[in-house]
Amino acid sequence: MATELGIAPRTTDAYTAAQAAQDAQAQQATRTFRVWRGGREGGQLVDYTTQVTEGMVVLDAIHEIQAEQANDLAVRWNCKAGKCGSCSAEVNGVPRLMCMTRLSDLPGDAPVTVEPMRAFPPVRDLVTDVSWNFRVKREVAEFAPRPPDAPDGTWRMAQSDVDRVQEFRKCIECYLCQDVCHVLRDHRLHDEFIGPRFLVHVAALELHPLDTADRVPALRREHGVGYCNITKCCTGVCPEGIQITDNAIIPLKERVVDAFFDPVGKLVQIFSRRKEK
Amino acid sequence: MAEVESFDHDVLVIGAGGAGLRAAIEAAAAGCRVGLVCKSLLGKAHTVMAEGGAAAALANVDERDNWRVHFADTMRGGQYLNNWRMAELHAKEAPARVRELEAWGALFDRTADGRILQRNFGGHRYPRLAHVGDRTGLEMIRTLQDRTVHRELIDVHMECTVLELLLDDGRIAGALGYDRERGRFRLWRSKAVVLATGGIGKAYKITSNSWEYTGDGHALAYQAGADLVDMEFVQFHPTGMIWPPSVRGILVTEGVRGEGGVLLNRDGRRFMFDDIPENYRTQTADTPDEGWRYTQGDKAARRPPELLTRDHVARAIVREVREGRGSPHGGVFLDIAWIREKLPNAAERIRRKLPSMYHQFKQLADIDITATPMEVGPTTHYMMGGVRVDGDTQMSTVPGLFAAGEVAAGLHGANRLGGNSLSDLLVFGRRAGEYAARFATEHGAPAVDAAAVDAAVRAALEPFERTGDGAGASYQVQYELQELMQDLVGIVRREEEMARALEQIRRLQERARRVAVTGHREYNPGWHTALDLRNLLTVSEAITRAALERRESRGGHFRDDYPTKDPAYGTFNVVVRRGAGGEMQIERRPIAPMPAELKQVLDEMG
Repeated sequence: MATELGIAPRTTDAYTAAQAAQDAQAQQATRTFRVWRGGREGGQLVDYTTQVTEGMVVLDAIHEIQAEQANDLAVRWNCKAGKCGSCSAEVNGVPRLMCMTRLSDLPGDAPVTVEPMRAFPPVRDLVTDVSWNFRVKREVAEFAPRPPDAPDGTWRMAQSDVDRVQEFRKCIECYLCQDVCHVLRDHRLHDEFIGPRFLVHVAALELHPLDTADRVPALRREHGVGYCNITKCCTGVCPEGIQITDNAIIPLKERVVDAFFDPVGKLVQIFSRRKEK
Repeated sequence: MAEVESFDHDVLVIGAGGAGLRAAIEAAAAGCRVGLVCKSLLGKAHTVMAEGGAAAALANVDERDNWRVHFADTMRGGQYLNNWRMAELHAKEAPARVRELEAWGALFDRTADGRILQRNFGGHRYPRLAHVGDRTGLEMIRTLQDRTVHRELIDVHMECTVLELLLDDGRIAGALGYDRERGRFRLWRSKAVVLATGGIGKAYKITSNSWEYTGDGHALAYQAGADLVDMEFVQFHPTGMIWPPSVRGILVTEGVRGEGGVLLNRDGRRFMFDDIPENYRTQTADTPDEGWRYTQGDKAARRPPELLTRDHVARAIVREVREGRGSPHGGVFLDIAWIREKLPNAAERIRRKLPSMYHQFKQLADIDITATPMEVGPTTHYMMGGVRVDGDTQMSTVPGLFAAGEVAAGLHGANRLGGNSLSDLLVFGRRAGEYAARFATEHGAPAVDAAAVDAAVRAALEPFERTGDGAGASYQVQYELQELMQDLVGIVRREEEMARALEQIRRLQERARRVAVTGHREYNPGWHTALDLRNLLTVSEAITRAALERRESRGGHFRDDYPTKDPAYGTFNVVVRRGAGGEMQIERRPIAPMPAELKQVLDEMG
């Protein structure tokens, strides 16, 4: 895009010249993007062809299309560095962050299809209504720490205790795992199942070294952990590499089983309650 | 008032990053009904990107640390233009705020004896940054967000943008905005307003900042008649990514240097040793080996020159490139792979301490930082300038209008130290919330001017009615503004270039008034960008005018035509304010004299 303002390049400035040379050298080509356009009532895929350069990600192409061909192309994005989880979409049918999907990783001989997350109601174009996720979060019992360990009101924790739960706290709430989970996407059980992201949230709290709340009964009932049948699609799409199924969901299922379905455990519970009386 | 949905709150917080969330929590704790407005989805504000850590004088790693050392470090970094009262409160209260965050569920890395671990960072004499890996910002915002959603008194208005602040006889009355999803207007009546809108990076072409950073709070405060101050002080972080072009500007955390990363020019030379500023010489290592020992926790060693303040490091990098010693793509090399010469399991350690840097370079640039050096260069990163506030209450010069976080000015002076922002958000977010709540409790409900609301609604819809410039003009104007600010009001500034910038900004302001938008109002980014332009252009003009006024070089502001620090300029801050006729006015405001006890602290610390 040329400027109208006639800003003269400072040719004696090696710093600016290096940047300009970079841009000139970057390889140019064109590619076709098949982008879903529409709203609550429906929509269709529309083809756009745009210039692409070395190292470009899908979000860059969407921005080019937005600026030059479709100014009202609705897309949610913020950091463009894989940290905020805003630009979730389905690229060539796979839930991905658009800012971390390099064009060079996609088949070069076919259009790139870009669609909104299908597990959520459409708003417009690539933007979906993810508000259900925010409502569900409130249903998970809040963090409740034990009393401080030291007189100055602080706690003592070992690095290994803290490391155990950090994997879950890396979650950027991109909702790609929610998008791919068939319990939500296909069976639409949003009223009974909180989905992989919030099972990770529960795990982060249950395994927090300081937390004292017991979310196991809720896991069994309101949170619906039993609905997960361990197909691991969520783990496959997590951009942070969180081992959702193996490290969060299965251990939570085990806690539910221990609490409610272990016959020896039940007997122990009954007798220790009798003792207390 | 046609088609405007109304809400009533005691306190309205605009912005849901660390400062906004902390302010909302505090105001709700005081019993106020709080409205929290944010442009992006909750939990996705720019705070999420912060990597280094939160600076607080907890003294968990070095018992020599205390608030006095932290205060002196902040003042020195700010080149003594800071609001010393804010620097004092920040140093004193940061430790309690960090411990409080842990009490709310934040999990920091630990020392061997189980306390919060702290890391080294540029400009801090002792290891001071509480952190978790390289994602402390995410930890902070998630902890505050999770606490917020369980607070009944806080109503979140997600994906809404504020267009105007409303006034009642010079006092804050609330705000008018729209929801991005449907494009409908919302009126928030409120007795107090806290601005927590972050910075202005999107006025520049190469920036680490996210989409949101269009200087909304700066412009809203300015339009409402509040003073802005220190607008010339834009921080250019020395290490942003530079290749490939699509990732230009994305941040490479200072933490890489804190873990032992070194800066090399094309010839493999650690050029930072060639030019150590006088006022940091006694605190800086003499040899590479001493610098390495410092990063590994040797208390007898001093910091390597790579950990000098950001303004200095950024200019050193620019000089290397300008004089032909830069890396292939126009930057310098940041090398952390070299530590394998010193440590047996270096690769694993790098991946553990800097996981998101490892991931970012691998995914976006095909570089394994445990094996290869990174190419880095300066990127627009932080805005020291902003709303002028009272140090204790965070109230601006407009009654009932408060500001906290990056949008407020004063704490960081002419240059911010890494790590001071995350603790700034907690300390002053809390104060702004506390005093906004107090203000709301002590004042009756303001009256909203229906005519002002109607005028604002009509102005916002105008782009749909215009023809002529055609579609795409809003993106084009933004792009041209970014180019001109990058070239003419960037790291190295000259009088003649900035004068040209003012003229070009004026022409863009005229074009912005003619920008036409087509389509509907539902999530229409072309329309949103057209509305953002006013704010971007206002802050760009303010930055340029303030930069012209300060004829010296200090902190983040460097003038090629006045390359040294001038003591006469060290006695005032530059204030920007809207005049009666709507024109931008500049004033030199003398710095308030520092109390004797604080002066003594600075003398002791050297």
